[in-house]
Amino acid sequence: MSTATLHETTHYEAHGDAHHDHHHQETFITKYVFSQDHKTIAKQFLVTGIIWAIIGGLFSVIFRLQLADPNATYPWLEDLLGHWAKGGKIQPEFYYALVTMHGTILVFFVLTAGLSGTFANFLIPLQIGARDMASPMLNMLSYWFFFLASIVMMSSLFVQTGPASGGWTIYPPLSALGEASSGSKIGMDLWLVSMALFIVSSLLGGLNYITTILNMRTKGMSMTRMPLTIWALFFTAVLGVLSFPVLLSGAILLLFDRNLGTSFFLSDIVVAGKILPNEGGSAILFQHLFWFLGHPEVYIILLPAMGMSSEILSVNSRKPIFGYMAMVGSLFAITILAFLVWAHHMFVTGLNPFLGSVFVLLTLLIAVPSAIKVFNWLTTLWKGSIRFTPGMLFAIGFVSLFISGGLTGIFLGNSALDIHLHDTYFVIAHFHIVMGVASFFGMFAGVYHWYPKMFGRYLNNTLAYIHFWVTIIGAYLIFWPMHYEGLAGMPRRYYDFSNWESFKMFGGLNQFISIIALVVFAVQILFVINFFYSIWKGRKVTTQNPWEANTLEWTTPIRPEHGNWPGELPEVHRWPYDYAKDGKDFIPQDVPVGADESKH
Amino acid sequence: MNMFYIIAIVVMIFVVIFQIAKASEYVSVLKGEEKSRKQNNRINGFLLILFLILGMYGAWYCNELYFGKTLFPQGSASVEGEQVDLMLYITIGVTGVVFVITQILLFWFAFKYQESDKRKAFYFPHNTKLELLWTTVPAIFLTILVVFGLKNWFKFTGDAPKESVVVEITGHQFAWDMRYPGVDGKLGKKNYKLYNQPSGNTLAVDFEDPESWDDLHTTEMHLPVGKPVKLVINAMDVIHDVGLSHFRMKMDAVPGIPTTMWFTPKYTTEEMKKRSGNPNFVYEISCDQMCGKGHFSMRGVIVVESEADYNKWLASQKPEYFTLFPDKDPSKQLAAPVSDSSATAKPIAQVTPQQP
Repeated sequence: MSTATLHETTHYEAHGDAHHDHHHQETFITKYVFSQDHKTIAKQFLVTGIIWAIIGGLFSVIFRLQLADPNATYPWLEDLLGHWAKGGKIQPEFYYALVTMHGTILVFFVLTAGLSGTFANFLIPLQIGARDMASPMLNMLSYWFFFLASIVMMSSLFVQTGPASGGWTIYPPLSALGEASSGSKIGMDLWLVSMALFIVSSLLGGLNYITTILNMRTKGMSMTRMPLTIWALFFTAVLGVLSFPVLLSGAILLLFDRNLGTSFFLSDIVVAGKILPNEGGSAILFQHLFWFLGHPEVYIILLPAMGMSSEILSVNSRKPIFGYMAMVGSLFAITILAFLVWAHHMFVTGLNPFLGSVFVLLTLLIAVPSAIKVFNWLTTLWKGSIRFTPGMLFAIGFVSLFISGGLTGIFLGNSALDIHLHDTYFVIAHFHIVMGVASFFGMFAGVYHWYPKMFGRYLNNTLAYIHFWVTIIGAYLIFWPMHYEGLAGMPRRYYDFSNWESFKMFGGLNQFISIIALVVFAVQILFVINFFYSIWKGRKVTTQNPWEANTLEWTTPIRPEHGNWPGELPEVHRWPYDYAKDGKDFIPQDVPVGADESKH
Repeated sequence: MNMFYIIAIVVMIFVVIFQIAKASEYVSVLKGEEKSRKQNNRINGFLLILFLILGMYGAWYCNELYFGKTLFPQGSASVEGEQVDLMLYITIGVTGVVFVITQILLFWFAFKYQESDKRKAFYFPHNTKLELLWTTVPAIFLTILVVFGLKNWFKFTGDAPKESVVVEITGHQFAWDMRYPGVDGKLGKKNYKLYNQPSGNTLAVDFEDPESWDDLHTTEMHLPVGKPVKLVINAMDVIHDVGLSHFRMKMDAVPGIPTTMWFTPKYTTEEMKKRSGNPNFVYEISCDQMCGKGHFSMRGVIVVESEADYNKWLASQKPEYFTLFPDKDPSKQLAAPVSDSSATAKPIAQVTPQQP
């Protein structure tokens, strides 16, 4: 093992040195646009993700306006959008387009590409001690396919019949038939093409992350010495590589059904008075293909947030993460189980009851590794010496949200209860807390923690604290009461509840939620301003290791060049969590083990 | 103009916050990093514990405000749904305890163990006993919930009792249609290719099948109280979902794949008006699967009534066959003798609407 590692290390050093040689030849284009430096690509993913997050967030604010008061008119919206807001009234087609694009953008473009794309690219080489990714070229292509997917998705917002509007899960036949919805016309084709490009991007990235982690660890960095961020990003990549192709196949088959007259998902349909010739397909088949990605996707979004929070909690508690092997094991268990639970999204499709029962069992099994993680995080805090950096606050917020949202999963995973709660606001509350807001918290934690490494400057602390407190209070105020709406059976994706005797009593609550949503969105804008302002004007980082952390990225210069370490690659002698050991506050990974040091 | 002022005010607030934030950064640089970090630590530690206390109070207050508006205080309107309610209460109990304990530990630890000069962090990398404990305890509780849940799941998804009232419900953009089997107790065959809007055969019923001749086509669903009912669920165009929140039941309507669900209504609509304290109470069918721009308006109504009233209502409905083919209606052929069905089969086949 050791000789092999040594050999590999020298090989990659040579490779890294080659990069060094043509540094001065870099032009603006190769340095900032078509860059092959993993750090620059990470920043490209992050900035694109932020732009998408603003758009996706804005969409939610607009559809919350409709829910706040279904009879209100907004003349300025008509000025901006024309017939989508005729008479200043948000039209149902527009509402559904907003809802659909909000989901698509946030799930795929922000919390998959924006989150994994950013932190896998940024942290993997830096934390395992590599000069760059295994294939910098593929890595660059990964970003540019994402960029292309973004352009196509963005352009779908401007076609006359509007973007996809059948929900982000795009169930056929609704998404297959232009006659069924105006959003299922050209907007849907663009959605599918964009998603195909997105999946290519995700696969190129994922293959690269896995290859890099397996092959390019520096000398001494055995798998069990990797920080938990890397483990989480590794499992995330595995999930993506194995499940995204299934969605790709579903998307392509749906394109065939839409444009080539096939009947994969269509049978026995009369739409808009027209009898369709399609026979023999199954609409449910698409749901299986979709959720075979769709459920692992939840963990693709969640695992990086878990990994980063683990790391940040440990650093700022000045204590080792509790139960490192259990943390890795539970990540592994979640990864395996993630592939075996997809049909819990389909309990009310008429699924075979026996099959359903198997999925209940496997779904609730996921609660066990999740519980292990929560208790291990709590124990990590116990008897620590905690520093409330903004990153740490967001990591603590992540744990709180993961508990709250995870527990409601126990309701939904139990099929007999899911019958009542399926597709109600209870589901919205559940997945927004556990996967939406929680993952955002993980992402924010990551941004605040690694911003000094990314840009050599700090974010403004006061703005960061305001950002944290308003966001966590706002998130709970928005999503907590939604559980009650869901218990009353209030369905998702309703444009107007005022004609429903069973649901109209929540009008006041909906208004309240919308106001809070507006405030929370405003505070995110504050974060974005802080982010861009600090790139150029933030307080400069003056110490190499501002958080006094053990991992390798803090052994690089304050602003590392392409190649990361100016001299030789660091050698690793210990796991990354030697905090508070033998009376020392912290011992970085590249410090050799002393003769008198105790074993952990 | 109003909009302009609002934007101006928002921008002003942003600028003010931003300037304060910048100023405080200068102050902290002047004060020294170490000192300002400790100050921030104290403030945020305090805020965390405050957040825990106000949050727990908020959760209680939210429950006071809204639990009465959920369906649970009035109880399930179906016999089977009572099991759902019981499951819900048990799950709330188990998860509630875990929620309170873990959130308290999280914020309490964060507050209690904030950085202090008097104390050093405790090196505690792992403890196998503890880890085994919190692997097995959740596993045991989950097993109980799973066993309980699956017992109900198999009951709900199992076969409907033989004596069930059968009603077919069909979803299309954006309404529900019901079909009752009539006196023979059997629904006539359907074939989507027989759909014919001009003739009124919107459910695509095959009227060559004699079993369809006494079938009733209605837009409102009437059910007798206390008898199990089996719904046969269809969709014409896209996927819909029959959502019956009062009965705690829900099932997708998928084109080409009929589904079923069954339950036993427990209270009549009139009784529910009293139970819910809402004189306008009505059992509503909501579409719970995104089906297009009118999804939110796809509302159906169920009237649950005594068996006598139900039978009276049934008797007042005219079979769809006679509405579509008035010349076959015995009430309009006053002189015509009532003949047995085999004799009339042939002429009817001839008047069946043209197949496309």
